[in-house]
Amino acid sequence: MEGRQAGKESKQPSSVSVDLQGDSSLQVEISDAVSERDKVKFTVQTKSCLPHFTQLEFSVVRQHEEFIWLHDAYVENEEYAGLIIPPAPPRPDFEASREKLQKLGEGDSSITREEFAKMKQELEAEYLAIFKKTVAMHEVFLQRLAAHPTLRRDHNFFVFLEYGQDLSVRGKNRKELLGGYLRNIVKSADEALITRMSGLKEVDDFFEHERTFLLEYHTRIRDACLRADRVMYSHKCLADDYIPISAALNSLGVQEVNQLKMSFLKLAEFFERLRKLEGRVASDEDLKLSDMLRYYMRDSQAAKDLLYRRLRALADYENANKALDKARTRNREVRTAESHQQQCCQRFERLSDSAKQELMDFKSRRVISFRKNLIELAELELKHAKGGGTQDTWV
Amino acid sequence: MAAEREPPPLGDAKPTDFEELEDGEDLFTSTVSTLESSPSSPEPASLPAEDVSTNSNGPKPAEVVLDDDREDLFAEATEEVSLDSPEREPILSSEPSPAVTPVTPTTLIAPRIESKSMSAPVIFDRSREEIEEEANGDVFDIEIGVSDPEKVGDGMNAYMAYRVTTKTSLSMFSKSEFSVKRRFSDFLGLHSKLASKYLHVGYIVPPAPEKSIVGMTKVKVGKEDSSSTEFVEKRRAALERYLQRTVKHPTLLQDPDLRQFLESSELPRAVNTQALSGAGILRMVNKAADAVNKMTIKMNESDAWFEEKQQQFENLDQQLRKLHASVEALVCHRKELSANTAAFAKSAAMLGNSEDHTALSRALSQLAEVEEKIDQLHQEQAFADFYMFSELLSDYIRLIAAVKGVFDHRMKCWQKWEDAQITLLKKRETEAKMMVANKPDKIQQAKNEIREWEAKVQQGERDFEQISKTIRKEVGRFELIKYWEAFLPEAKAIA
Repeated sequence: MEGRQAGKESKQPSSVSVDLQGDSSLQVEISDAVSERDKVKFTVQTKSCLPHFTQLEFSVVRQHEEFIWLHDAYVENEEYAGLIIPPAPPRPDFEASREKLQKLGEGDSSITREEFAKMKQELEAEYLAIFKKTVAMHEVFLQRLAAHPTLRRDHNFFVFLEYGQDLSVRGKNRKELLGGYLRNIVKSADEALITRMSGLKEVDDFFEHERTFLLEYHTRIRDACLRADRVMYSHKCLADDYIPISAALNSLGVQEVNQLKMSFLKLAEFFERLRKLEGRVASDEDLKLSDMLRYYMRDSQAAKDLLYRRLRALADYENANKALDKARTRNREVRTAESHQQQCCQRFERLSDSAKQELMDFKSRRVISFRKNLIELAELELKHAKGGGTQDTWV
Repeated sequence: MAAEREPPPLGDAKPTDFEELEDGEDLFTSTVSTLESSPSSPEPASLPAEDVSTNSNGPKPAEVVLDDDREDLFAEATEEVSLDSPEREPILSSEPSPAVTPVTPTTLIAPRIESKSMSAPVIFDRSREEIEEEANGDVFDIEIGVSDPEKVGDGMNAYMAYRVTTKTSLSMFSKSEFSVKRRFSDFLGLHSKLASKYLHVGYIVPPAPEKSIVGMTKVKVGKEDSSSTEFVEKRRAALERYLQRTVKHPTLLQDPDLRQFLESSELPRAVNTQALSGAGILRMVNKAADAVNKMTIKMNESDAWFEEKQQQFENLDQQLRKLHASVEALVCHRKELSANTAAFAKSAAMLGNSEDHTALSRALSQLAEVEEKIDQLHQEQAFADFYMFSELLSDYIRLIAAVKGVFDHRMKCWQKWEDAQITLLKKRETEAKMMVANKPDKIQQAKNEIREWEAKVQQGERDFEQISKTIRKEVGRFELIKYWEAFLPEAKAIA
């Protein structure tokens, strides 16, 4: 399905509402996006007065894989081990909606033309909504990078923003994906080992607290996100249900005479309105609530990753200590052991410091965005309820 | 004065009058003297009430103008009771209103009218406003309620007994208010009796609620969960609607079986309504045979009215089925939504717990509570409304099936008539042959047979005519009732 999302995306971060104050010396946004058969092409526009760039304003076309490449580049970079890397945007997934559209197109002779038109409209709106969301996700990713004082200075980032041609990053093939999965497994096993087996004691209370908190928080938010998704889904089904009802009532009304006809037709109209209302409520919930939950789910995962890295560093430090002791007792290669230990120590401390900072940032960011979204959600729901209330008096 | 009105020459009131009536005319014939102002406005009734006293009361303020006309009409009524529309022009109310049952049923109650000096059928105008205002179901003085379902007995022999309360001022009942206990199979028994008596003559007998083995077993076993109480409640409402529809039918109201059902405290157990009984199986076999028959009978419809009506009913049936299916889907999704919202509320609460920023935590748990309340309140209410709506739709679907059944009977009747004619022809031929062969006794026999068959042919023809007439009448009534009943739940459901 070809579709062109013309027009600028809003300058403010969308529903995901990551709070990005920060200097405007580097402003990134996705000004345009095109959806083709299999992929989506984003036009990334940068406005910057940083000396590094050659022009003040420029834009490039990027695909989803290139975003992922960028994200991985950050993750693998040792320098950023102490920072929370913004989570990568999810792959644009139009499968479900495409399938539905196809099924609709195959045709079901029992639906009337109007019904068909309405359902098609609904599906198209859904498609558009998914499209907008994916654009927003990608944009937020870039903007967070741009706002972070350390991350924005990365060379890869500059390349990503500026390099006019295709970065020739191919999507991960199956082997790499599998490798990715395995690595994840190894990571979590490692984490478990470190914490349990080696009896590592956490020196810093702050981190201890954060760890437990994050673990719990992550699982719960994942739960909430899932459920919110389900709510939104059934809400949408509900709204869609009204279509055949109002169509049937309509046809009944057309057939009848006199009073019954009027009443049927009015009822059909009423259901139409109800449907639109419900649909809007569903999509609002979607935007405000489930998107936010989902984003923070990913973000908290990123924070967890940070903690893991720190823990790993701590373990390394401990190991280095032990090795140093051993080397001292044996009086061999003391120097290397010492320097190694120094390194580990430094790394660990560096990580701890930046991690602390990051985690606090994370918390405040989270609080602000939750607040904003919840307020907006409540206001919207109120508006809908009032709008719906007028329906009640209608007979 | 009533005596003068004696039996309106029903012969004149042809079925065709019915169509003219459909333009909604107001027919007011009541004795002026008995006009006490009755308290509340009477319900729009499509049927004449037996007892006039409280019925003939004041129409809505909007039709006060008719009061004067009534007297005129009454004066005229004594001379010409034929329901020709021109006479009724002067009484036309300003609002259009759906068709009103003509006086035809009075033939049946004619003999009774004599006995009471005051009764006269009163037929009300059914304007839209009336329907809206009098939505509480009081029908020309007979009000039926089904309430208090109680479980009687234990184990697999348990059953639910419902209290059937009748409030009426009709004089054919001995008391004005009484109640009896009935169980579901009693209702079914009543229906089958009425059906056997009236269906083949062409009356549309309202169908009874369906048996549900699963539901009943749950109740019997004693599961006290919400689905079984729901089931009982649904059944109770359905039974009430069934009885109300049945008594609205003027002919059925006269039936002694119905009266017995409503009045007598002990009713012989209607055994052959049991699902697995011999009668049940017989019924199923009959149904199958009927279906086959329907396919083979090719009736050439001479009457366009029937054809058109049949077509209409077919369409209506299809559409109602579709609507019903969609409403069911809606109800189902609402249930889902409600469950999901509850689950979300729980997880939001947990999230709020684990959040360490206190204000946010509080906000989240409040969100959870709010969501939960919304869930329970909004969903259940809307859900209940739609439930009623879909129940009513299924009622209509069944009713329409009954109507189709009636049409089918008509076809069968025609078939019999045709057969009789053919046999008659054959007999005549045999007679002719006998004549030629000159066998006196055989001739006599043949003549007898011929006479017999001629009588049958005539009978068949008469039956057919009768059934056609009755059907027309019934269909007209049916449409009326449909209007009234349909509007009521819609008004409620909209809220």
